Amino acid sequence: MSEQELRCFIDVVVRYFTEVTGEPCEMGVPYVKDASPVISDYTGLIGISGSRKGAIYITSPREMLAAVTSVILGEETPAEEYIIDMAGEIANTIAGNVRETFGSSFMISVPIVIKGAPEDVLFRLAPPVFIIPLKWRNCSSYLVVGLE
Amino acid sequence: MPGEAPSVQEEHMKILIVDDSFVMRKTIEKCAEAIMITEIFTASNGRIALELFEKERPALVTLDITMPEMDGLSCLDAIVKIDPHVKVIVITALKDSATGLSAVRRGAKGFLPKPFTHDQLREELMNVIGG
Repeated sequence: MSEQELRCFIDVVVRYFTEVTGEPCEMGVPYVKDASPVISDYTGLIGISGSRKGAIYITSPREMLAAVTSVILGEETPAEEYIIDMAGEIANTIAGNVRETFGSSFMISVPIVIKGAPEDVLFRLAPPVFIIPLKWRNCSSYLVVGLE
Repeated sequence: MPGEAPSVQEEHMKILIVDDSFVMRKTIEKCAEAIMITEIFTASNGRIALELFEKERPALVTLDITMPEMDGLSCLDAIVKIDPHVKVIVITALKDSATGLSAVRRGAKGFLPKPFTHDQLREELMNVIGG
């Protein structure tokens, strides 16, 4: 994946949080995945096919997903099903938005939400797999991009 | 009246909200309620949407594209075939221009890429209803 493609993911994530919540997120320095696990409470996963193959996922703490859901719905304590759904919707929006750069043949699947460890998915991705750390309201989340 | 939210003048307008995300359905539902649309139906995929459309014949439909069972563009084709005058707004994360063009060519009256603000959603709904 080129530096320009990686930059496109960062721009899409920044735009997402700014537009949806009114509060930008802080992006960390991307790095190539090593053996250490990248897992949080909920993971929204999108399979990629067509011009590129692989997957994109974002793994986030429940606290962050609850806060984003709360802002979107204007409800102080959103129901758990909405909070879990948020993990898939963030992944879906990021993967769909990067088609502006990757083109219409960059096909995305419907989102799958996984509770806990998504590492078995990651092991099936061809390296290099890029990790893009982000922080919103002091909650750390990771966007993981593995594209052939 | 100053400060008053714009609302739908047409009485008993029905809206069908189609999206596989609970959060998106709820967000659009709240916006529809805010502009006084009172008859609201929701579906989580194109197949359920088509069944509901045939039964309820809503004048307005918001349609996601990437959904299980039947995607939004296939659903759009089927809906427009049933009612060529239906007002469909495609609301999708697929932000590339080809997707937007394809939706409009197939009969959508509006296109709103995700993510959107509450104001953008309300404006799009009002524009399409008014148009």
